[in-house]
Amino acid sequence: MAAIDHRRELDRAGANVEGWWSGALHLARRYPLGAVGGAIVVVFVLAAIFADVVAPHDPLQTDAGRSLAPPDASMLFGADMMGRDMMSRIIHGARISLAVGIGSTLLGGCIGVVIGLMSGYLLGWFDLLTQRIIDIMQALPLLVMALVMAASLGPSLENTILAISIPLVPQVARVVRSNTLSLREMPFVEAARAGGMTEWRIAVRHVLPNTIAPLIVLATAQLGSAILTEASLSFLGLGVPEPYPSWGRMLSESAAEYVRVAPWLVIFPGIAISAAVFGTNLMGDALRDILDPRERS
Amino acid sequence: MSTYLIRRFLLMILTLVGMSIVIFVLLRLVPGNIADIMFDSAGFVDPAEKAIIEAELGLDQPIPVQYYDWIAGLLVGDLGFSYVSEMPAIDEIGPRIPITAKLAALSLFFSVLFGLPLGVISAVRQNTALDYVLRVVSLSGLSLPSFWLALLILMACVAWFGAIPIYTDTPESLWDELALYLLPSAAVGFRASALIMRLTRSSMLEVLRQDYIRTAKAKGAPDNSVNYVHALKNAVLPVTTIIGIEAAFLIGGLIITETVFNIPGVAHFLVEAILMRDYPIVQNLVMFIAIIVVVINFITDLAYAALDPRIKYAD
Repeated sequence: MAAIDHRRELDRAGANVEGWWSGALHLARRYPLGAVGGAIVVVFVLAAIFADVVAPHDPLQTDAGRSLAPPDASMLFGADMMGRDMMSRIIHGARISLAVGIGSTLLGGCIGVVIGLMSGYLLGWFDLLTQRIIDIMQALPLLVMALVMAASLGPSLENTILAISIPLVPQVARVVRSNTLSLREMPFVEAARAGGMTEWRIAVRHVLPNTIAPLIVLATAQLGSAILTEASLSFLGLGVPEPYPSWGRMLSESAAEYVRVAPWLVIFPGIAISAAVFGTNLMGDALRDILDPRERS
Repeated sequence: MSTYLIRRFLLMILTLVGMSIVIFVLLRLVPGNIADIMFDSAGFVDPAEKAIIEAELGLDQPIPVQYYDWIAGLLVGDLGFSYVSEMPAIDEIGPRIPITAKLAALSLFFSVLFGLPLGVISAVRQNTALDYVLRVVSLSGLSLPSFWLALLILMACVAWFGAIPIYTDTPESLWDELALYLLPSAAVGFRASALIMRLTRSSMLEVLRQDYIRTAKAKGAPDNSVNYVHALKNAVLPVTTIIGIEAAFLIGGLIITETVFNIPGVAHFLVEAILMRDYPIVQNLVMFIAIIVVVINFITDLAYAALDPRIKYAD
């Protein structure tokens, strides 16, 4: 069975739609804020993928003569301390931000799904143990947990992804577990079991697909906070190391001083982070309205 | 109820014990301890001397022994010594707590002051232009990185007053102190109020759909009285339960904001200690944060049951 039936959703709304494109257009009209968010996300994804083509300069090319140059025709967003083009650095920064954001959301999501499914399916001591571990993990704020993890793993791109993904696991595991618990009692699962399907196949073929909708909603919300957390970690000097251009680190390099002498170094990376997270959150809100009927008002 | 209380309390203790183990092990995963760092910066030094320092700091002991020493000390209020300042950790942490507590209280005040009424208005005027504006504002509140918001505030101060209002000296009067904390707590509170606003809105919408609201309207009760008397009372209840989440959220915001504004509170100190690998400080501070979050969650759970007579915890 299909877990998310867009078709039915559109029919219910009384939409007369043919094919994918007009369906998307209809949804965009119905959820204008979500469409704006989706558009913002698409722009950032394209910037990240085609960074080499789109960026006007080499983001690592230093030029002592242009140190702290204000925005002008050749460098729209100005230059940093080392004379590197801010615009190119921000475009390349989208790669790091999205790589860490998407990477840690996916990693945390996968671990959470496995733990949640097993917990809701096996119950018993395994469930008890994982529930207590999740309690422990939720006793710390996301940023504190990520800070300690990042510090103990050491600075690198992979470690930053790992440090952010682990604190995301509990929420996913909780959602999947509670869904599994209610689904395993459903008649169609019972039917599958009566039909001789193994528990493992039931979990993967029936339970998991029906958990996809809340998972997508949760993942978009987590993507936003993962991007923010990466920026915060890098800002505090515990995130992605040089030479990767990370938005958070661009802001941290003696930021208080730049506030006085080179405000463009503070404004543009901040706009990039805010816009990326804002787009994700707008999209997440709309997805929740579309996919989660309980939240619908 | 009393069985529930006891069970809930024991779970809380279990969580904290688990937390202490997690923190302790995590911090020992770090490649290189403080002795390594001290010696790296000093260049080549006699390995025998390094061993002496490690023995002095107790780093040569097996990890379970180090853990036991920490917990045994924790229970009698002995938090060990800071590696960096070599002062007792409690003397380092203690004086910083009131600073962060005041900042947190002021931030919480701001977040409730703005979040609650705006959330209610947004729900009552659902799907109007005002609702859309408020929703976009609250969503942007959650999207702005707190350090950027703090930097923008600093920038505005430079533009208007020509000065950066960061912490330099200990404030002398209460007014000085308030003025100093106003901007940082507004920065933290703005983000936190966005969270409260969104939750108030959805909780209020939920209540407004219920039958008793329709009954009240059918009886001819004025809109204002239905919205602000009948509905609000029930809508606020679930919002109180998120104070636990809110506390965790505030701590995250404080870490960043204290760093940007150079406020010598515990949150800023945690970052400094992590960067310096000052284990005794880090493990005690993280434990302190965990205790606060867990205890607040425990209290809100109980408060919820006390406030809402519909909720009965089964034994």
